[in-house]
Amino acid sequence: MTSVKMTVNGKSVSGEVEGRTLLVSFLREQAGLTGTHVGCDTSQCGACLVHVNGDAVKSCTMLALEAEGADVATIEGQANADGSLNVIQQAFQDHHGLQCGFCTPGMVMSAAALLKENPKPSESEIRNYLQGNICRCTGYHNIVKAVLAASGQDVGAIAAE
Amino acid sequence: MYNFEFEQPTTVADAVKALSEEDAQALGGGQTLLPTMKQRLAMPSKLVSLTAIDEIKGVKKDGDQLVIGGGTTHGTVAREASADYPGLAGLASKIGDPAVRNRGTMGGSLANNDPSACYPAALLASGGTVVTDRREIAADDYFQGMFTTALEEGEIITAVKLPIPEKSNYQKFEQPASRFPLVGVFVAKYAGGVRVAVTGASNEGVFRWTEAEEALSGDFSASALEGLSASAEGMISDIHGSSEYRAHLIGVMTKRAVTAAA
Repeated sequence: MTSVKMTVNGKSVSGEVEGRTLLVSFLREQAGLTGTHVGCDTSQCGACLVHVNGDAVKSCTMLALEAEGADVATIEGQANADGSLNVIQQAFQDHHGLQCGFCTPGMVMSAAALLKENPKPSESEIRNYLQGNICRCTGYHNIVKAVLAASGQDVGAIAAE
Repeated sequence: MYNFEFEQPTTVADAVKALSEEDAQALGGGQTLLPTMKQRLAMPSKLVSLTAIDEIKGVKKDGDQLVIGGGTTHGTVAREASADYPGLAGLASKIGDPAVRNRGTMGGSLANNDPSACYPAALLASGGTVVTDRREIAADDYFQGMFTTALEEGEIITAVKLPIPEKSNYQKFEQPASRFPLVGVFVAKYAGGVRVAVTGASNEGVFRWTEAEEALSGDFSASALEGLSASAEGMISDIHGSSEYRAHLIGVMTKRAVTAAA
């Protein structure tokens, strides 16, 4: 076992891990942050998407030890300081951007990464960026609407209903 | 996956030393190796992560070539190569998905030499050079068949040198589930001639389509490829497409790449 220490949602977190411990396992089992989900465990579905030093990564395909000293952001750190939903989360609620909710943490974190690099994405840019996030309820249209709305754009013009 | 020892050196010299142990394996961004280890198809006793080595990261222009550190992620190549080598940046911007591109590295992709990977086509079409901790290897000597390269045990790709073409483009026909190219074609036009590299299609991995290179070196237009067809011999045949289908796609993707080249 090796000790590992990182910052998660602004708080210092440390623990003892094996070489093979995945970042997502560390977050869920040691940091107690179970909002990050393991969907496929093969880096296809994006339910485990978190930010590491500001970049979107699939935490099922990164070792906990690779995140030594890193600044990690998960869904638990997304709400506003007063506990209210942030603008992306609120848009997902307003536009019904989720059904079962399993993929939602990854979708929200992916949307946050997109809006950071591209504050006013087009519908096709949103669909393209979310390529690595799979929703098995097939709720993509409302997710895309939510991301458009979160970026302050009109959702009326979206192609599919 | 089976457990292993983990090391994260910060210099190439320390990484080479760590890799000298038997069954030690270099870890780039891990986007192929970690899934492979989860399936227990690989079981190194030690992983040596290259992600903390700053000297092998970055994109810089050196005269008429682009020098890209082996540890540079696809996302960084997509952003930082776009002005000098848009064909390469375009290729990098379409590998996997955004999160995969934030971890996966050029050196990792080239060292693995998956027969359906995108980067091998760019390196071969550019007539580039692989720089390692111990030598330089020309692209034409580097690829030696599916998952096989000229790299020795424990040899690390520190950089890749790519001559900047006048025009270039990469087109791939994606297998929709894996998003790997069923066939991908990289076309690069230089003052001295055109190079065409094909990935995804052949049992031997990436290869040059020399007939197309000759035709395009005389006339760089899609019409120069009329009547030219790649041979189906040696092409991959599976549930996603027969060897004839892949051979046909080579022609289609090459024409598209020539038309889109910038």
